[in-house]
Amino acid sequence: MADSTANTLKIREFPIDEDPKHTYLNAGKGIMSWLFTLDHKRIGLLYLFSITLFFFVGGVLALLLRTELLTPAQSIIDADTYNQIFTLHGAIMIFLFIIPSIPAALGNFFLPMMIGAKDVAFPRLNLASYWIYVLGALFALYSIVSGAVDTGWTFYTPYSVQTGTAVVSMTLAVFILGFSSILTGINFIVTLHKLRSPGLTWSRMPLFLWSLYATAIIQILATPVLAITVLLLAMERIFGIGIFDPTMGGDPVLYQHFFWFYSHPAVYIMIVPAFGIISELISTFSRKTIFGYWAIALSSLAIAFIGFLVWGHHMFVSGQSELSSVVFSFLTFFVGVPTGIKIFNWVATMYKGSIDLKTPMLYALAFLFLFTIGGLTGIMIGALSVNVHLHDTYYIVAHFHYVMMGGTVIALLGGLHYWWPKMTGRMYNEMMGRITCGVIFVSFNMTFLPQFIMGSQGMPRRYFNYVDQFQGLHQFSTIGSYILGLGFVMMAVYLVWSLFKGPKASSNPWRSRSLEWMTSSPPPHHNFEYTPVILHGPYDHHKPMREFRMGVVREAASHGEAVETDKT
Amino acid sequence: MNRIIEYLLPPQRSTVASEVDSLFTFINVAGFILFAGIMITILIFVIKYRRKSEDDITPVITHNSILEVTWTVIPIIMILIVFSWGFRGFLIMSSPPANAYEINVTAASWLWEFRYPNGGTTVNEVFVPVDRPVKFIMRSDDVLHSLYVPDFRIKQDVLPNRYTTTWFQATSTGEAILYCTEYCGTAHSDMLATVHVLSIEEFDEWLETGLEIDEDMPLADLGRQTYTSAGCNACHTLDGTDRIGPSFLNLYNTERELVDGSVVIADEDYLRRSILDPQAEVTAGYPANMPSYAGRLNERQIDGLIAFIKELQD
Repeated sequence: MADSTANTLKIREFPIDEDPKHTYLNAGKGIMSWLFTLDHKRIGLLYLFSITLFFFVGGVLALLLRTELLTPAQSIIDADTYNQIFTLHGAIMIFLFIIPSIPAALGNFFLPMMIGAKDVAFPRLNLASYWIYVLGALFALYSIVSGAVDTGWTFYTPYSVQTGTAVVSMTLAVFILGFSSILTGINFIVTLHKLRSPGLTWSRMPLFLWSLYATAIIQILATPVLAITVLLLAMERIFGIGIFDPTMGGDPVLYQHFFWFYSHPAVYIMIVPAFGIISELISTFSRKTIFGYWAIALSSLAIAFIGFLVWGHHMFVSGQSELSSVVFSFLTFFVGVPTGIKIFNWVATMYKGSIDLKTPMLYALAFLFLFTIGGLTGIMIGALSVNVHLHDTYYIVAHFHYVMMGGTVIALLGGLHYWWPKMTGRMYNEMMGRITCGVIFVSFNMTFLPQFIMGSQGMPRRYFNYVDQFQGLHQFSTIGSYILGLGFVMMAVYLVWSLFKGPKASSNPWRSRSLEWMTSSPPPHHNFEYTPVILHGPYDHHKPMREFRMGVVREAASHGEAVETDKT
Repeated sequence: MNRIIEYLLPPQRSTVASEVDSLFTFINVAGFILFAGIMITILIFVIKYRRKSEDDITPVITHNSILEVTWTVIPIIMILIVFSWGFRGFLIMSSPPANAYEINVTAASWLWEFRYPNGGTTVNEVFVPVDRPVKFIMRSDDVLHSLYVPDFRIKQDVLPNRYTTTWFQATSTGEAILYCTEYCGTAHSDMLATVHVLSIEEFDEWLETGLEIDEDMPLADLGRQTYTSAGCNACHTLDGTDRIGPSFLNLYNTERELVDGSVVIADEDYLRRSILDPQAEVTAGYPANMPSYAGRLNERQIDGLIAFIKELQD
């Protein structure tokens, strides 16, 4: 028994207040209590609000592009506007939406709660990184107003050095946003190392946190390279220092190496947190212990590591040496192995489970469907000879939308629905949630499956005009994108309705065993009114619920000492 | 099965195409089997293990070594096959035969220029012999471009600071489309060319006669032909609407206000200067990004273009 084996720590079960009077939502009043809050939960919501805004902007831009592509020649916008819009769509979706999406919004909210901490290790730094993000966003908006950028989100030289548009302010925006990303990463790593509650060993850490840990490592190691790259680019434009532009003695392929050295690992900044959410969802809604805990946790770290060694697969036809291409192709395939292992582990977790197809689980299943397609088509374009044919075609466009949107965005939506009751204290309409998930799933495939076909047939990407043979597929894709947009409108409607009129949520509607559910919904200002003590893993559904609600009765004698009990 | 693959890919018209397509087919089939296996398993689990009551007890299964080794080793074997297969094709693509017919390619925003060993030049169309290896030696005049011929399964970026090469051996005569696939600005999607694959005899004959300008053709007709063959149509319309550059309609003899504020008359001399040295006198409101045609058009073609523009009056 806990009381007898632990002589320094006395623990008991703490009941959960199902009708909390004091929550983080009413802990402070007024707009200032939100804008300058140090509460990680409120900062998480600030991020959530911001990324939603930019997702909306980026989405509207995407629909404009799709509308223009209804006809092979010019219809609603001219070529220069089209080029600016696809650049902005990419830059906004990547730098302002998807990179901060899961880590900075959901991660900020739940990382401290899942380890039983009161906050992240550096709350002020956390607030600073949000405001740095806002500053970066302002620079991005300024660059749109002051002439827009038409280089593509990749800013390839020498075009980006020679074009007349507002490249400098956009690269500055990227530079600034990078710091926000780095600071969040540092904060998470320190928090995970130093603030875990008693008993929360590394082997009891929820897999969402392992994924955020792997992500934070990439953020800290890779983002500075992007910062250096865009800084060099800005210096080339402003001072005429020849680094990438051959007319000044530079090398454009060098730029691509610099750029992808960050931007390929950045792909894992976007997708690895999604893996974490899927692990939580599948275990909870199968009410079953996760299969292969360490395989999933370590494969996230393996992906983070191998992800640093494969950037050259974006450059098979760039003019880099053939030997480099061969080595990069070889290494690229080895990212596929840990990724495949994860998928198999998730499927195995469902075996003999008690599967409940609630909205978040539907998103998890949609993720498995879409992300597996994204992964397998990644094998296709990792193969050297096939890549030569498919590089820079719509096949690539379809592939990364399956990974980024079918993977990350779908997982984000799953996580949003899963944690919605905890964040807001209210339930959404389950029926509407399921219908919307279905609409998004079907229309997503309508939008992007035809793009695989177009790409295989040889339709180049970033094309304002195209040859007539592709019109049918383009139109089908555009219709799909309209329905996809409608799906997001439906979601916005029922989620906003839930905020004001939704039924009150209980503290643990999904009967999860993870720590963030062991406090009231919405949580109090400091997450827990006591110091939680963790006796079991977060997926031990076979252990009684009350053993997950233990807390320290009096102050622990020494920091971090775990209570080893064998309660069965 | 074959019909699906044929629908998915452009026609196979080079020797390397079947090599690429066989790997494309293999990955699609193997990937589809794997995908279907995973999805069917999920479907079975979702139906068979759906929640019966809130008090369902699930077994504790944390790992299974045999299963885990299996699903690690089999994918590794698969990816090694795919890698080697892709490597083999890439090796062929990267090794042009020594006897290849060499054509120098210059990419500029936004046209493709092809120079033949006999000194002849074509713009936005290239003539090649069938059943004989052809090597493109490529450089760019300005930003990055990329040469892509889907029917031949070849693609290679074109750089401003060094030569890159690609090669192919066409297997059937006819036309194939050539795209630019590295984003290069406003008219990127108009930077297309046509590959004319000719039989050996036709090609030899074309080398003798095709490059010469028909001396009997009326100047304005020659100009109309040059307007499309030299790629003027990517930027200049004939119907009065602005694209990247001013429309040719009613252009002749109008007053042009230049970026430096001065005004010139668009007479024959101005049109000629604009073709040969386009950056010198740029009309206000248009980008200064037209490539020079000095050396790309002969005297008669320039005369023809001017005559053609003079005729374009409402």
